[in-house]
Amino acid sequence: MNTTQILFWFLSGLALVSALMVLLSKNPIHSILWLILVFFSISGHYILLNAQFLAIVNLIVYAGAIMVLFLFVVMLMNLSKEKEDQKNVWMKLSGIIAGGCFLVSTCNVIFNAQVVSKELAGKTALLKEGSIGLIGPLGKALFNDYVVPFEISSVLFLSAMVGAVVIGKKD
Amino acid sequence: MPIQYYIYLALALFSIGVIGVLVRKNAIIVFMCIELMLNAVNLLLVAFSKMHHGVAFAIDKASTVGIDGQLFVFFIMVVAAAEVSVGLAIIVMMYRNTHSVDVNFLNRLKN
Repeated sequence: MNTTQILFWFLSGLALVSALMVLLSKNPIHSILWLILVFFSISGHYILLNAQFLAIVNLIVYAGAIMVLFLFVVMLMNLSKEKEDQKNVWMKLSGIIAGGCFLVSTCNVIFNAQVVSKELAGKTALLKEGSIGLIGPLGKALFNDYVVPFEISSVLFLSAMVGAVVIGKKD
Repeated sequence: MPIQYYIYLALALFSIGVIGVLVRKNAIIVFMCIELMLNAVNLLLVAFSKMHHGVAFAIDKASTVGIDGQLFVFFIMVVAAAEVSVGLAIIVMMYRNTHSVDVNFLNRLKN
């Protein structure tokens, strides 16, 4: 087992454990901190896949901007003391069963493709090599082939900004 | 790294997000679980783009096959940022009206 595989398993385990802790934490601030850890481990996966631009953007946009926004909202509302009622056990159980059924059925599809029909044999993700994740090729593709979606996304941001101000305005 | 490991990891993260949306009642945690699902999909898109790139990379080192997947991830992040700003504004408005962020209070549109 070389260093890349050790890093892959470590980052996968970290992502799964902290994703579970997002659900299990009672305090919303702890959930947010665990979610930041999930984003860091996913950024580590991106670096492992040599998608360096996306790793940095993931850290800046998600862990830096979106999570700080969540943290501000939770701290402004002072929610940390609030308790959820534990009465509705059946709703929780049915939610876990539904999600578990989704996980089992989709994993079964992948397991069939891997073991029974052998469609995934030899399909590997290229690690540590390849230049498509660097800023140069991504920028060339973004401003040659994807100019129109890029410009439309600026309109989307403008409308989201106006919408957030209009909704959040005290009246 | 074989692609099925990435598929299993993304499926597990996505399922944790689905379970969180169904189980938790705090609107902010439901929203964070949606972000978790988006990130699972992003990870899978990058892994698939590197899978397609690996085939072309063996023939031509300078090829840019598979770059579309990474640009899709970029646009998903753009949409997620816009979605979070509007969604958190809605949650703040809901807290101002009901003094709670429990989603069970929103079982009717009237009042």
